[in-house]
Amino acid sequence: MTEHPFAITLDVGSSLANRTGAWRTERPVYVNRMPPCNDACPAGENVQAWLYEAEDGGYERAWRQLVRDNPFPAIMGRVCYHPCQDACNRGQLDEAVGINAVERFVGDEAIRRGWRFDPPPAPTGKRVLVVGAGPCGLSAAYHLAVRGHAVTVRDAGEAAGGMMRYGIPAYRLPRDVLDAEIGRIVDLGVTVEQNRRVDDPVAALAEFDAVFLAVGAQLSKRAYVPAGESARILDALGVLHDVAEGERPLLGRRVVVYGGGNTALDVARSAKRLGATEPLVVYRRTRAQMPAHPEETDEAIEEGVRMRWLSTIAYAGSGRVVVERMRLDDNGFPQPTGEFEELPADAVVLALGQEVDRSIVDSAPDIEVDHGTVRVDAHLMTGRPGVFAGGDMVPSRRTVTDAVGHGKRAAREIDAWLGGGTPTPAARPPLATFERLNTWYYSDAPATLRPRLDLARRASTFDEVVRGLDESTALFEARRCLSCGNCFGCDNCFGVCPDNAVRKLDEGHRAGSYAIDLDYCKGCGICVAECPAGAIEMVPEEES
Amino acid sequence: MPVNRVKFYQTGSYAVGNRLLDPRSRAVQSDPARTNAITTGHRACQGCGEALGARYVLDAAMRATGGKLVTVNATGCLEVFSTPFPESSWRVAWLHSLFGNAPAVATGVAAALRAQGREDIRVIGQGGDGGTVDIGFGCLSGMFERDDDVLFVCYDNQAYMNTGVQRSGATPPAARTATTDAVGPAPGNAFGQGKDAPRIAMAHGIPYVATATVADPRDLEYKVERAMSFRGARYLHVLVPCPLGWGSAARDTVRLARLATQCGLFPVYEAERGDVVAATPIRAAVPVTEYLRPQRRFAHLFRPELRTDVIGRIQAIADANIARYGLLEAGHD
Repeated sequence: MTEHPFAITLDVGSSLANRTGAWRTERPVYVNRMPPCNDACPAGENVQAWLYEAEDGGYERAWRQLVRDNPFPAIMGRVCYHPCQDACNRGQLDEAVGINAVERFVGDEAIRRGWRFDPPPAPTGKRVLVVGAGPCGLSAAYHLAVRGHAVTVRDAGEAAGGMMRYGIPAYRLPRDVLDAEIGRIVDLGVTVEQNRRVDDPVAALAEFDAVFLAVGAQLSKRAYVPAGESARILDALGVLHDVAEGERPLLGRRVVVYGGGNTALDVARSAKRLGATEPLVVYRRTRAQMPAHPEETDEAIEEGVRMRWLSTIAYAGSGRVVVERMRLDDNGFPQPTGEFEELPADAVVLALGQEVDRSIVDSAPDIEVDHGTVRVDAHLMTGRPGVFAGGDMVPSRRTVTDAVGHGKRAAREIDAWLGGGTPTPAARPPLATFERLNTWYYSDAPATLRPRLDLARRASTFDEVVRGLDESTALFEARRCLSCGNCFGCDNCFGVCPDNAVRKLDEGHRAGSYAIDLDYCKGCGICVAECPAGAIEMVPEEES
Repeated sequence: MPVNRVKFYQTGSYAVGNRLLDPRSRAVQSDPARTNAITTGHRACQGCGEALGARYVLDAAMRATGGKLVTVNATGCLEVFSTPFPESSWRVAWLHSLFGNAPAVATGVAAALRAQGREDIRVIGQGGDGGTVDIGFGCLSGMFERDDDVLFVCYDNQAYMNTGVQRSGATPPAARTATTDAVGPAPGNAFGQGKDAPRIAMAHGIPYVATATVADPRDLEYKVERAMSFRGARYLHVLVPCPLGWGSAARDTVRLARLATQCGLFPVYEAERGDVVAATPIRAAVPVTEYLRPQRRFAHLFRPELRTDVIGRIQAIADANIARYGLLEAGHD
């Protein structure tokens, strides 16, 4: 008391003594929400996470993050129908992030620079046979190998790749890219044996601890098309296979393709490249009902492929076909109208879908085939314990990406089964919806870059003559990512707190390096409202 | 746009910083070593715009002056919530005298420093809209007229919030305060000519006048730094939403400041020697209702019936601002 001036009773103090956190009824909490791209990816890629690494030019980090889920980024960047971009929140702001184009860039960088997978862990001593070296089988082999299992892949074909080699034309997927990404899996220690058809998977259980069937759906569905003796009728897979082998199947100038899936369009587009002047796709329903990806339909039409919707082939003769016009009934099914038209046709290619070749499971009565696909349980296991199946063999959307996702899932299931358990799937966080973003903060793309990007994006899925993104555009494209539901290190929370109650944990400015000082946070929620990515939420304080 | 906008980097210069940006291109507020001029533990309400604005301004001024800064504060919320005896939240040289004399005290500090040959030490006077546009206005005008070497900053929350939300000369038309209750059929401040302090400051022909909000810290920091590059009288008018007085959610403080600029009711510009030299264009134009509706002080415009007549007059004010400052003319990045 004596030290204080007259009428002063207290020492000078700082407001730090005033713990304003006691005022709070709600607290901000940093969260990670599920970005819509990740949510939509059939291969379960953490798209937001690898874009985050690519944003500062860390392409190798991006690639390593990406291949945790999918060993084929360069292939994906060419053949994936990128449902991630359809789901991208940026599409509601200006235009979806060109994820597929960046993926291709990262994948190509990996090939160019010779990046290799991390060496697998110590062997588990378990041996797994994978039947089929298509996207599903190779994906499973990769994911099993990185878990330390010894994997042998047996494939009936001349070279590994399955439909990626024999079904997808080279103008969509150059073979050197395919070879490079398969070679990296072989380098991991996976044994791949070609020309080794497996007829009895159950017998293989004597040699292996588990068997994964991924031979795909190889048998072209046949439809009865009344045909004259000299009609030239081919099946789509055979045509694509021949093209892949470097042969030039005799299709003639006027090619009619029957079917409405991606395979039909691949055949029509290949025919165009083989010299057909006017390939025609005949499909019995409407464009809206076509199973083919809209992008592929657009590209086919751009290339000069003609479409004839609501039509069936009633008769195929020498140099001509007769098509019947259809109409949709009230249930949306096509019904004949009795109106016929004759069209010139040098060849008719049937692309009516594929079925599983059931001969592979003929020797195993407990493995059931139902409606053209193998029956599996929730863990992708067939009726025979230890024998799993996935990809096009089981009910699926039948894209390369779905097959890769199946392979990853199968590897997880087989790994768990080998260890005597079932896998515990990671909890899926709530979706990072557009409404949760504060889009004010995102910059608009400068006009100068837009045309270049548009060009590159259009080109990236089409023709190898046109390059993908170069480094600067790939970097720009990656930085268009809104990082939905996940911190990306913008410092906004640190800046907008009226109480300085947000701490910055490091100088490196990595995402997520902030913490709330609950001694002083009053719970106003400005950090939540002003987080661009919606990566903070308010939660009620518990009553004490 | 006067403030140098950063391209690309996802958020460009709209967010405070970004891990991808060079530290020199980030806001002062992004720097963990910022002064934190008004530190943790102050007693401002949840979501106080004034506390935020004062920190933005003084942290930027501390960087611009290398820490050689004296701050003179008028009476008001900012003074009361930061210095309940014996605590202080200030981490800058700070002094307080009376409600109405902050500009004069700041003038005196500047004169004293000049007498000591310490003109390297700069002076900021600051206060709320009450202490600036009403009670301290005579002192402020004198400071301008004498061109004293002071930057005066008004944190405008549009009423006397500290004493219970009484109307000030900066209260906008139709806003309800404790002293603008219904005398006729409806509550709310009368439509008048208002007291447009930045334009009155410009009329003095002083070196620098600018407006800013807490919704754009990079722009605010730029203007403080710019102001510090001049000698003589300068004026900075910062819109700082007040959850208590405006009847808005605490989390909406920054959002409301942003909406005020985007609807045109609060034009953001800077002027030198009496002439406007730059205005921040509107980037995402909204009607005034977007700004008015989240505030309870304007609730009577929406309930029990939609007062399109009153809203129309407010929109006309916004439209006049947009025309006067050309807010929709220039593009943005």
